[in-house]
Amino acid sequence: MEPNDRLSLDAWANPSSSCNGLPRKMSLENPSFTNFNLQQQEQKWDDTSILNYDIRIEPPFREFNQASESEYLLSSNCNNQPKVLDQEDGQNNEALQTSKFQDWDPRTMLNNLSFLEQKIHHLQDLVHLLVGRKGQVVGGQDQLVTQQQQLITADLTSIIVQLISTAGSLLPSVKHTLSTGTPTGQLGGLLFPPLVGMNCIPQPQHGSGSKAVQTQCATGSKVSDQCNQMDVTGNCGTEQNHSIEEHEMKEEEDADEGENLPPGSYDILQLEKEEILAPHTHFCTICGKGFKRDANLRMHMRGHGDEYKTPAALAKPNKESSSEPVIIKRYSCPFAGCKRNKDHKKFQPLKTILCVKNHYKRTHCDKSYICSRCNTKKFSVMADLKTHEKHCGKDKWLCSCGTTFSRKDKLFGHIALFQGHTPAIPLEETKGPSVSCDKMDGNGASNKAGNINFSFGSNAGSGSGAQNIIEVKEDADDPASYFSPLSFDTCNFGGFHEFPRPPFDDSESSFSFLEAP
Amino acid sequence: MKRLRTLETSANSSNLIDLLSEEIVFTILDFIDTNPLDRKSFSLVCKSFYITESKHRKNLKPLRQEHLPRILNRYPHVNHLDLSLCPRINDNSLNVISNTCKDSLNSIDLSKSRFFSYNGLMSLALNCKNLVSIDLSNATELRDSAAAAVAEAKNLERLWLGRCKLITDMGIGCIAVGCKKLRLISLKWCISVSDLGVGLIAVKCKEIRSLDLSYLPITNKCLPSILKLQHLEDIVLEGCFGIDDDSLAALKHGCKSMKALDISSCQHISHVGLSSLISGAGSLQQLTLAYTCPVTLALANSLNRLSMLQSVKLDGCAVTSAGLTAIGNWCISLSELSLSKCLGVTDEGLSSLVTKHKDLKKLDITCCRKITGVSIAYITNSCTNLTSLRMESCTLVPSEAFVLIGQRCQFLEELDLTDNEIDDEGLKSISRCSNLSSLKLGICLNISDEGLSYVGMKCSKLTELDLYRSAGITDLGILAISRGCPGLEMINMSYCIDITDRSLISLSKCSRLNTFESRGCPLITSLGLAAIAVGCKQLIKLDIKKCHNIGDAAMLPLAHFSQNLRQITVSYSSVTDLGLLALASISCLQSMTVLHLKGLTPSGLAAAVLACGGLTKVKLHLSFKSLLPQPLFEHLEARGCVFEWRDKEFQAELDPRCYKLQWEDIPQ
Repeated sequence: MEPNDRLSLDAWANPSSSCNGLPRKMSLENPSFTNFNLQQQEQKWDDTSILNYDIRIEPPFREFNQASESEYLLSSNCNNQPKVLDQEDGQNNEALQTSKFQDWDPRTMLNNLSFLEQKIHHLQDLVHLLVGRKGQVVGGQDQLVTQQQQLITADLTSIIVQLISTAGSLLPSVKHTLSTGTPTGQLGGLLFPPLVGMNCIPQPQHGSGSKAVQTQCATGSKVSDQCNQMDVTGNCGTEQNHSIEEHEMKEEEDADEGENLPPGSYDILQLEKEEILAPHTHFCTICGKGFKRDANLRMHMRGHGDEYKTPAALAKPNKESSSEPVIIKRYSCPFAGCKRNKDHKKFQPLKTILCVKNHYKRTHCDKSYICSRCNTKKFSVMADLKTHEKHCGKDKWLCSCGTTFSRKDKLFGHIALFQGHTPAIPLEETKGPSVSCDKMDGNGASNKAGNINFSFGSNAGSGSGAQNIIEVKEDADDPASYFSPLSFDTCNFGGFHEFPRPPFDDSESSFSFLEAP
Repeated sequence: MKRLRTLETSANSSNLIDLLSEEIVFTILDFIDTNPLDRKSFSLVCKSFYITESKHRKNLKPLRQEHLPRILNRYPHVNHLDLSLCPRINDNSLNVISNTCKDSLNSIDLSKSRFFSYNGLMSLALNCKNLVSIDLSNATELRDSAAAAVAEAKNLERLWLGRCKLITDMGIGCIAVGCKKLRLISLKWCISVSDLGVGLIAVKCKEIRSLDLSYLPITNKCLPSILKLQHLEDIVLEGCFGIDDDSLAALKHGCKSMKALDISSCQHISHVGLSSLISGAGSLQQLTLAYTCPVTLALANSLNRLSMLQSVKLDGCAVTSAGLTAIGNWCISLSELSLSKCLGVTDEGLSSLVTKHKDLKKLDITCCRKITGVSIAYITNSCTNLTSLRMESCTLVPSEAFVLIGQRCQFLEELDLTDNEIDDEGLKSISRCSNLSSLKLGICLNISDEGLSYVGMKCSKLTELDLYRSAGITDLGILAISRGCPGLEMINMSYCIDITDRSLISLSKCSRLNTFESRGCPLITSLGLAAIAVGCKQLIKLDIKKCHNIGDAAMLPLAHFSQNLRQITVSYSSVTDLGLLALASISCLQSMTVLHLKGLTPSGLAAAVLACGGLTKVKLHLSFKSLLPQPLFEHLEARGCVFEWRDKEFQAELDPRCYKLQWEDIPQ
């Protein structure tokens, strides 16, 4: 299915790039334009016509986007540079066009319209292509169909938006009293709704919380994968991750809440395996470098220009939430059949992204980190290994099942709980004394006796000497007195013989049991 | 089949015993158990007797581990093996035992043995599947690995681990998991065992009936799970200093099966904790509170409603009269009460107590120094069923009071009158107690032969007589005893300085005599002791310290006849190398005290201790330590013998009449 998709997507690349790919290229190719974007947006809003334009189109957007009140507020007081940038990508698109008709100019208008026309043609071709393809793809996968649908919808939306904006440029100007951040945010919000619908982001922001959207979300993430292939990686990725981080923080805040949330009272998000396992979650929009932490990304951004060095740009993203109640988010594991998967009968959601990552790695991934000290314990999460290494070797309380405990009472609690488990006595202890004891019994005693015999044979009374010799002989000659503790040890003793199965690792128990014949 | 053959052969022979079936001979053999030598004689009659005896014997108490393989082959049906006379049992011996006895063995006593390790125990546990009882007391060198070996004995029901100091919770944990059928476990002095091990026993071994946790460092944590044991009847918590009132509060949830509780020396227990016994342990029968809290009104009241209580031991507690009176007011009637060494027992308290508990069978008022004849009058008046009365050192009780005892308590079987004012009149009266079996008259300076003659004439069941330092006794008294008490087993005539050989010759008729002590009787000679040796073949313990006239002449017959002798003290006597060497041939001999023997040379001593293979303890003067080579001691210690060194100077004997403790001397 992958190659197929790729094919079809490649075919669409041009038309859909109008909203994503194109502006990106522009920003890279045209430094002055970037400059405009980055600097003027922040500092010279008043002077630029973009601002006017933005403000002018603001009211209709508001009506259009009433449900996204929270998002609007969020982005309105947004100091988060990366986010602004992300949204700019969408907006650059706008800027590209609007820059051409900054002042009311019929020629620009004409240009614009012809551009739109071209775009519509592209779309038309695309739909044609789809119609043709539908015959070929037998039993066409629903996913693919929905993806195509969404792409078309996205393109259509952008066309409509552009149409409106073109029309909006004809409207009388509005006073520039609104805050600087608003238009961008607004634009982003407007531009992206359909698009980001695929990226899971706006979903909670829209506050719909309906099941229908959730299912869309599941497929949407697939789309975003494909979007990645369409050069949009940076945009989608960062956008998404950013929102994830936001959620994470919010989750951490209300982590104290009871976990027994009634189903439906929270939104369920599900990340894809690749996203979960991605080493980096924050990407630089300029050079594409990835970071694990947003803070590190912000530090990195400083190298890209002075505008990233402002306190506002360096500050932690503001996570002040709106006055409206925030919808609780919970996460689902993408592994089918897992209890943490939302399709499981007894689904138990995960609280945070971090939980998702750790859960997925611990439960569904190979354990690639091996403790260098004991060379037996394996972990899939680095932090677990670090924790283990701190205590490795200190766990001296051993159960016959192979589990070790750092505290004796924990071992005894474990033994009290399970039938047949028994404390395992360290082998050194069992071997040590027995050897010395044996020596003492067999050789030692007789040697000593021999000595005495030697020195006292003459002195001792008549009967005793002979008796003594006999006793000594008995001690020394008895072959069984050289009874080896080792041979015994191997066959009988060791603490484990009660357990025919090899000691298993506690942490992976559930799966090793399932797979066992 | 066997029987047929027996009948067939009997047709030809004239031996009537051959007509008897094996079962009947077994039944006859069951009665031959008083003297081990009798069985030996029986088996030596003929081959068939030998075989019958081999098949019949179930219990075995070997003297030497060297002979184990042979004796185990001879006695195939042995199920109880008592190795307490074999100090040296190594893994090899245990291997032999386990491979020979296999499933027939169900009980083994290793309490006095050393030198074995977990290997031997493992072999025992794996080969003897029917092992039910193991006594490992005093195995101070055993570690957890040995306990893990014991845990392989899955059918174990009784286990003694007293003084196994190195066994920890881990070992006990193994036993708890392995030996699920345990009914009795004694962990006394296993000081490395804590709450965790004991708690696991309580969780895993649901069949536990009897639990001895004395002197363990346990706390409140393990008690709740112990008290949940369904069948727990007997629990000993003596000297568990971590146990307090809060621990006993766990009893409130109920331990209905509990019959005996011992919380002696638990210093943090008060009447508050004990009051929870009422609600929780209603069926309690025996309660031991020795050396704990003062016996006050509150304490007595807190125990008031224990309706099944029969026996209470309050040894060493401070006692108030109000407390004793309140005990008297309990609705039940005790059968056993011990107030031994209690401070504060007065006539008032004791008399009000005994007037209510008329069914008392056993009363111990040892060292209740404040009581007088009044108490004795009350006791004898109400408790006429007494079978045991111990009243050592009740020095204020006048001689007339003892007449009352004889008049009113005629069921007495055990009477301890050590260090009392009893006189011949009292003895005459006491001689009416025709069931008397144990009579202790140590340090009774007012008695004479006349009184003792009455006892000898009437108390024919007497088995135990203590006349320690009762210097008024001479041959005449002993003569009367030996004539009238043929069942005498133990006699102590130490420091009765007028005793001569005549007494010993007459005592030699008491063939059951097993303990003979005659320290400091200067008049007895080898002749008298030789008579004892010939007559009393069951002699086990002999003490002739400071009998200067006893020499080698007595040792030779002892060596020849007293084959059961285990313990001998010959200090300050005239025994020499020769006598000691002769003694060494007694195969049972385990303990020897040899101090200040003028005729003893180092080489003679060395020869004797080397020749005596079963020795476990030798007490010697320190001077020998340097005179004898170190390897000798090492060899003997490897054989299982322990040396004790004394460096006391030679002591001249005090005047026995000055010996008596004076009441006035004791600090108040």
